[in-house]
Amino acid sequence: MMAEPMVKIRSVRKRFGPLEVLKGISLDVLAGGVVCVVGPSGSGKSTLLRCVNRLETLDSGRIWVDGDLIGYREQDEKLHMLRPAELSRQRQDIGMVFQRFHLFPHRTALENVMEGPVTVKRASKAEARQRAAELLERVGLADRAHHYPAQLSGGQQQRVAIARSLAMSPKLMLFDEPTSALDPELVQEVLAVMRDLAGSGMTMMVVTHEMGFAREVGDHLVFIDGGVIVEQGHPREVLADPRHERFRTFLGQVR
Amino acid sequence: MAVSRTGDPTPADRTRAPEARLSGPASRAGGPEAETRAGEPELAIKAVRPPRPGRWLTAGLATLFLVWLAYTIIVNENLHWDVIAAFLLDGRILGGLWVTIQLTVLSMAIGLVLGVLAAVMQLSGNPVLRYASALYTWFFRGTPLLVQLIFWFNIGLVFPTFGVGVPFGGPKLIELQANELITPFTAALLGLAINEGAYMAEIVRAGIRSVDPGQREAAESLGMSHRQVLRRVVLPQAMRVIIPPTGNQFISMLKTTSMVSVIAGAELLTVSQRIYLGNFEVIALLIVASVWYVVLTTLATIGQHYVEKRFERGHHALPARIRRNLRPFARGGA
Ligand SMILES: Nc1ncnc2c1ncn2[C@@H]1O[C@H](COP(=O)(O)OP(=O)(O)O)[C@@H](O)[C@H]1O
Ligand SMILES: [Mg+2]
Repeated sequence: MMAEPMVKIRSVRKRFGPLEVLKGISLDVLAGGVVCVVGPSGSGKSTLLRCVNRLETLDSGRIWVDGDLIGYREQDEKLHMLRPAELSRQRQDIGMVFQRFHLFPHRTALENVMEGPVTVKRASKAEARQRAAELLERVGLADRAHHYPAQLSGGQQQRVAIARSLAMSPKLMLFDEPTSALDPELVQEVLAVMRDLAGSGMTMMVVTHEMGFAREVGDHLVFIDGGVIVEQGHPREVLADPRHERFRTFLGQVR
Repeated sequence: MAVSRTGDPTPADRTRAPEARLSGPASRAGGPEAETRAGEPELAIKAVRPPRPGRWLTAGLATLFLVWLAYTIIVNENLHWDVIAAFLLDGRILGGLWVTIQLTVLSMAIGLVLGVLAAVMQLSGNPVLRYASALYTWFFRGTPLLVQLIFWFNIGLVFPTFGVGVPFGGPKLIELQANELITPFTAALLGLAINEGAYMAEIVRAGIRSVDPGQREAAESLGMSHRQVLRRVVLPQAMRVIIPPTGNQFISMLKTTSMVSVIAGAELLTVSQRIYLGNFEVIALLIVASVWYVVLTTLATIGQHYVEKRFERGHHALPARIRRNLRPFARGGA
């Protein structure tokens, strides 16, 4: 077998009260791979991503990122819940980009990008500022460094949010519908940054409705419906020839 | 045709990358001006207001009333303006003023710390902490401040000594007499601060709850600890909601300190009372005290304005600092 996958998801189940949202999901993301997750609204896509960086706890199943079991330590055949500090340590290596950006409104673009390294990694201000400026340059926002989020367009905010995650040098980036809250004309500038990031070898899990992006950038496409993976495969193949009726119906709706 | 959207178009402006002019606030400035430059006629508005006789009438009546009020006060022989003037800068009055300021600042500072602690406890996952915090606010908001002040002043009747040692009757390492420890000032500070903390807890809690939960999640995904999330992300944003009512609490506290006069706290009202008990100039000294209270609240109101502005950071479309920073871009430089 080849190298261990960067993300290994096994038999993950999650319920909110009476509603079982994830009913046994298993999935691998290879290092440097881009997995696109698609599915109707409410099918559990966000929940799956949030389980990977443990914004949600699992009811059963296991998730490993780069060989580390997320949320637990296995010792003497027993699972021990991680302490908050250990959990934070795991999260440092997993970037997350949200549908609604969630930039820190009281900090400028530059300060947003500096926040992680300065607060979490105790980097020096000068060093963090230098790196933040480079990252803003990379997402095409060098000239917006001193703007507050309220002064930026949605597309610009999302690019700052991506830079903010990248500042932690993560091993894995999670994107939860990063372009769904954007005006149509702003979608492409964010997708361009993500395409560039994929090209640079970042491992990515992307929940999206942008089938063009999935076809072009994705290595693997997963269609989730009703809390299970209904269909998966190489994006070009599954999109050209969807097997399941539900997937076909879904594709008809998003196109 | 291409209408430049900046007020001051230059060649550099037109050659900027398309992305750079997406919808930056800078590029919106001067829209209408640009229109007129494109050859539109200028339609100036110089309209005549409709007459408003009612306005003049009420303004006149109000002025008349105020003049009459001022007149009756100034000519009133019972008001002893000379005495008021003499005592306004009296050493004892200024001493009392200083105690009032100290009590206000210290009890607000301690109250704020207690309030943040109680609010964080209230929102924590630990049920014991939650109940302890609820008990605190319930008790101290449920009993009159006056009663609490008298209670703290007389705490020696309940606990004659305070010590550090093994609890539940073990040996004492340090022991202090309550009567030495509890001066009117410390009793006043205890009463005011602990009572204030109970009110601040509610204000801080509302502030923390006003912060979008997504902010917490974004900070946690960066790997921040609970403490870092609170200190770096949640509290600074909660401040925007916390500051205005805290300013009101501060202004209210300036005057609430006068309650300390029941335990002879040596603040402004107490010293005024001491003076008028000697010279019987009751009204004159109450006016002296009131003048100082008004001065303090006025200064505090001005301060409140500036602090609120400071914490509005990032919530206005264009704060002054950014407007300055934008100027080079508006001219087309990058
Ligand atoms: N914290 C929560 N509490 C209760 N129900 C939730 C919670 N989060 C998500 N859900 C429910 O779980 C289902 C799946 O949600 P989600 O993962 O956000 O779907 P998707 O991202 O695919 O649209 C939805 O029905 C949603 O209402
Ligand atoms: Mg979702």
